[in-house]
Amino acid sequence: MRHYLDFEKPIAELEDKIEELRHLSNSAELNIADEVSRLETKLDRQLRQVYARLTPWQKVQIARHPDRPHGVDFIKGLIAEFTPLAGDRAFAEDRAIIGGIGRFRGQSVMVIAHEKGADTDARMKHNFGMARPEGYRKARRLMELADHFHLPVLSFVDTAGAYPGVDAEARGQAEAIARAIDTCLKIEVPLVATIIGEGGSGGAIALAAGNRVLMLEHAVYSVISPEGCASILWRMPEKAQEAADALKLTAQDLAKLGVVDDVVAEPLGGGHRAPAKTVAAVGDAVEEALRPLLGLDGPALRAQRREKFLAVGGRGL
Amino acid sequence: MSWISNFVLPKIRAVVPARRDVPDNLWTKCPQCGQLLFSRDLEANLFVCPSCNRHLRMTPEKRLAMLFDGGHFQPIELPKTIIDPLRFRDRKRYADRLKEAQDSGDNRDALLVAHGTIGGTPAVVAAFDFGFMGGSMGVAVGEGLLAAARLAVLQEAALIVVPASGGARMQEGVLSLMQLPRTTIAVEMVKAARLPYIVVLTDPTTGGVSASFAMLGDITIAEPGAVIGFAGARVIEETIREKLPEGFQRAEYLFEHGMVDLVVHRRELRDTLLRIIGLLRRRAANAA
Repeated sequence: MRHYLDFEKPIAELEDKIEELRHLSNSAELNIADEVSRLETKLDRQLRQVYARLTPWQKVQIARHPDRPHGVDFIKGLIAEFTPLAGDRAFAEDRAIIGGIGRFRGQSVMVIAHEKGADTDARMKHNFGMARPEGYRKARRLMELADHFHLPVLSFVDTAGAYPGVDAEARGQAEAIARAIDTCLKIEVPLVATIIGEGGSGGAIALAAGNRVLMLEHAVYSVISPEGCASILWRMPEKAQEAADALKLTAQDLAKLGVVDDVVAEPLGGGHRAPAKTVAAVGDAVEEALRPLLGLDGPALRAQRREKFLAVGGRGL
Repeated sequence: MSWISNFVLPKIRAVVPARRDVPDNLWTKCPQCGQLLFSRDLEANLFVCPSCNRHLRMTPEKRLAMLFDGGHFQPIELPKTIIDPLRFRDRKRYADRLKEAQDSGDNRDALLVAHGTIGGTPAVVAAFDFGFMGGSMGVAVGEGLLAAARLAVLQEAALIVVPASGGARMQEGVLSLMQLPRTTIAVEMVKAARLPYIVVLTDPTTGGVSASFAMLGDITIAEPGAVIGFAGARVIEETIREKLPEGFQRAEYLFEHGMVDLVVHRRELRDTLLRIIGLLRRRAANAA
């Protein structure tokens, strides 16, 4: 069963109809094939129309779509010889952030990714992609390991945010995030970050202070969730749609603000309709972003990263 | 929420003058023990309640006066930054909120940066103004911290940052989030020059402010009772659906969990800083 978002209703209806006709076509009459092809044209047009003018709030829903490719899918699709590395060497293994070494199009790399989980069991195991301090400390350890062996770091960001829990606070959530950001900025190897779904605040930037920041076309990236923003500024959580508009959290707006270097186009109808294609598109974009960085030495990479972030905020929308 | 609170309240709020316009109240009620305190006595006591020891919030001006030698300091002008980069509007336009905050106080944004000496040693202090939109950090505050760091490096001075902030400023969206790496770069500049970077965590230090420069001090001091943490207590309660432990996210709690070096009474804060800077810099001088 495909999972449809509210605004995808007309698309769902068309696809249902096409499916029905296909079943009928066993008792084949020629004009059924014609009808199917007519409906498919219509479906294509419908998809184009809906996806050409998505509101920020609709993008938030797409970014959270359960069928959208997650961290593990990017690793599976892009990284050969992937060898997972676990633990922060201090307290625990946090599966909200996964990482390890592997080969990306021939190049040995370190990969660090949020993982939300694809079904209930996996979501519990990965804590819905919301990391505790251990997750950020593991990320930091892996970045330092990458630095030590001169491996480029690829990060894939998809989190609602850092986990808000008593245990997380007790073990220094704020400090863990701050140090992870600091490590992103310090390492003398290329860091290419890609926002693949939700870029939720501090939990996202902890892995995303990179030389190049890419973002999928319908991903979102923000200082706070639209729901959180609505409940604080409007004092009404149901104003999340308005908050999504106001926050300017789309890839298109973030590119204008210079926060994102490159927007990676998604297949028609969003990443959830064609996960493999989406993963491949990100792979191409990452390869292109990485190539010029491989020629820079450590200090130059650090300086480039620093200059890039110092320049942000110079222009508005 | 009714239509009255939606539409009428903001207007009424705009008509009623902001609290800062009211001449200094003679009396201040301690938010903790409820004791009525004569404001002049309270100030003489560095805004610490004499009856329950609660460390009340103070303005950045008073904070700087309390820390620098003889209360003398030279404020620097914050760099000019873009205003309302997202043209943000919630129930009110951000541009208007900002203007109101600027008109009701002395500061252009939520940070005051000044230089002077502490115990005869050059120091730069950046203190947050909680009264200015909850001390929230947007582009201007980030730029102010960068200016403070550059000034410290230029003057070979220690950098002391005193946050009092709810976190990133939502009205500047992702650009506020970008202040996390930007202020981390500021800290890096001071550390690369091997100058002391000391953080004094005051009430409150939460959200994006805690998850960046505030938790990266060479030495981290907290004021007694200050709320310090990443996630807001309400958000945590809603997530775990249970009451939070007594004293959760207070300075003493962080101390017990190994997150801060010292919890220091405001009365002893200046002397503590003076001693730390003296010790750290003497070592640096010996090494040179």
